[in-house]
Amino acid sequence: MSVLVFVEGLNGEIKKSSLEAATYGGQVAQAMGTSATAVAIGDVNEDALARLGEQGISKVLYDADDRLKQFVADAYVKVIAKAAQQENAKVLVFSNSNIGAAVGSKLAVRLNGSLATNVTELPKMDGGNFIVTRGVFSGKAFADVNLTSDVKIIAVKKNSTDITSNAGNTATVEKLSADLTDAEFAAAPKETVMQDTSGGVLLQEAEIVVSGGRGMKGPENWHLIEELAKELGAATACSKPVSDIGWRPHHEHVGQTGITVSPNLYIAAGISGAIQHLAGVNSSKVIVVINKDPEAPFFKAADYGIVGDALEVLPKLIEAAKALDK
Amino acid sequence: MKILVCISNVPDTTSKINFTGDNKEFDKNGVQFVINPWDEYALTRAIELKEAKGGSVTVLNVGEADAEPNIRKALAIGADDAIRVNAHPKDAYFVAQQITAIAKEGGYDMILMGKESIDYNGFQVHNMVGEMMGIPSVTPAFKLDMVDDSTARLEREIEGGKEVVEVKLPFVASAQQPMCEPRIPNMRGIMTARTKPLKVVEPAGAEAKSEYVNYSKPEKKSGVKMIDAENAGEVIKLLRNEAKVL
Repeated sequence: MSVLVFVEGLNGEIKKSSLEAATYGGQVAQAMGTSATAVAIGDVNEDALARLGEQGISKVLYDADDRLKQFVADAYVKVIAKAAQQENAKVLVFSNSNIGAAVGSKLAVRLNGSLATNVTELPKMDGGNFIVTRGVFSGKAFADVNLTSDVKIIAVKKNSTDITSNAGNTATVEKLSADLTDAEFAAAPKETVMQDTSGGVLLQEAEIVVSGGRGMKGPENWHLIEELAKELGAATACSKPVSDIGWRPHHEHVGQTGITVSPNLYIAAGISGAIQHLAGVNSSKVIVVINKDPEAPFFKAADYGIVGDALEVLPKLIEAAKALDK
Repeated sequence: MKILVCISNVPDTTSKINFTGDNKEFDKNGVQFVINPWDEYALTRAIELKEAKGGSVTVLNVGEADAEPNIRKALAIGADDAIRVNAHPKDAYFVAQQITAIAKEGGYDMILMGKESIDYNGFQVHNMVGEMMGIPSVTPAFKLDMVDDSTARLEREIEGGKEVVEVKLPFVASAQQPMCEPRIPNMRGIMTARTKPLKVVEPAGAEAKSEYVNYSKPEKKSGVKMIDAENAGEVIKLLRNEAKVL
């Protein structure tokens, strides 16, 4: 019996959200008195895999098949299912990413397991129960869910686990081959297009997010959002009205029907804080709100508030950020 | 082309969320229910494809009788007929099995739904249905077009980018913006929806694999600290020295 963690790579390194999943898996294994194994696929180098020991992983199974550098659901599922069988895994841990949740859902069917996505806390195990807490109602509530099958599959919400790093611990890396056939590649992508994130930060993984709303008055003022984000090493985002009127692309829209974020710091400039927007951001640890309307509902959800015109306030924040010791 | 669109009946996005019965049940009191906003993208795109290529759109809901007003709304928007599986949707696995049972019987070319419901936020059902049926599932898709009569071309979101995928029919896909502009019913649609068939069927034998035991709400913020706009730069220092997030 063991815990199996699926880790995703990007440009040779392991994604931050997968280091969180590895930490989570290592902690579950410790609580169960067993060991944690990771399974890695595709675009990640072996040094990075060995360093997973720092997160409590003792062994890494790596399938280096070149065809797996891009995400192919059926092939990934076959590799992970093989690793699960080989390790007799009773708990499988993923990041709650588009890839992790997709593969987790398919494995739940294949392994006849219980699946919880969007999980925010370690499981409580007593009296035969295995209860995890997950975010529901788009960030407005949490639910405790008992996973009743023999095999439990958990997709961990991003930024909800503090990554451990016990320097010097290394994992052993072993090759894994799942004998993939053409059948698993029938729905392989024709083309993968990555956004230009050079110098930028991926919104879903960001620790700091700077976000703008209609109070920014037009796309021509977005350089203020971008400049503050650059100074703070943050990702940029926007409210729904802003993406609806085309000032910013849809993939920056944060809220109930957009991307849900849970960074350490969320700075909102010129966003009033409609309930749908709050649902997408209210698990942020610290929220700063800049709005010229002192009655804006967002101030009720904020830790720090500034009443003022975003276009006048943001330059002051940029100046102060530049003066910080980095 | 036969398209099956799965819809959930969910609390309106403006709803305040509360629980009753010692925090074991969602409190429906005073809550207005709507078609899950993500499902509206799937529904509208299905109707657009039907208008362009011919065929039919069937709406499927796994839920209790109180979902019927929103099933009628889907018919008013342009679906041809509807099926309600008369069961409380216990968890994603249970719902996926019900959808699979209906889909296998109906022989659909395309099974569409939203990427997740805004109440349980599972992001699970579409991939489970694909796996149960042994057909591709493409999720979350923000573009869906037909290349020819047997092939669809979709664009799906991945973290930091997108993938372009071509799949043969039949397949499962989940929808998100900006796939299309969701439609609202017009008066003619509302009138004709009244007489469109809505079939109620009993659930297939299936078990849930998880139990919801308790709910809670996030802790309220302790209060906002206001900073004068003239000295707005102060907030950066507070974020470093007090909140320690910089």
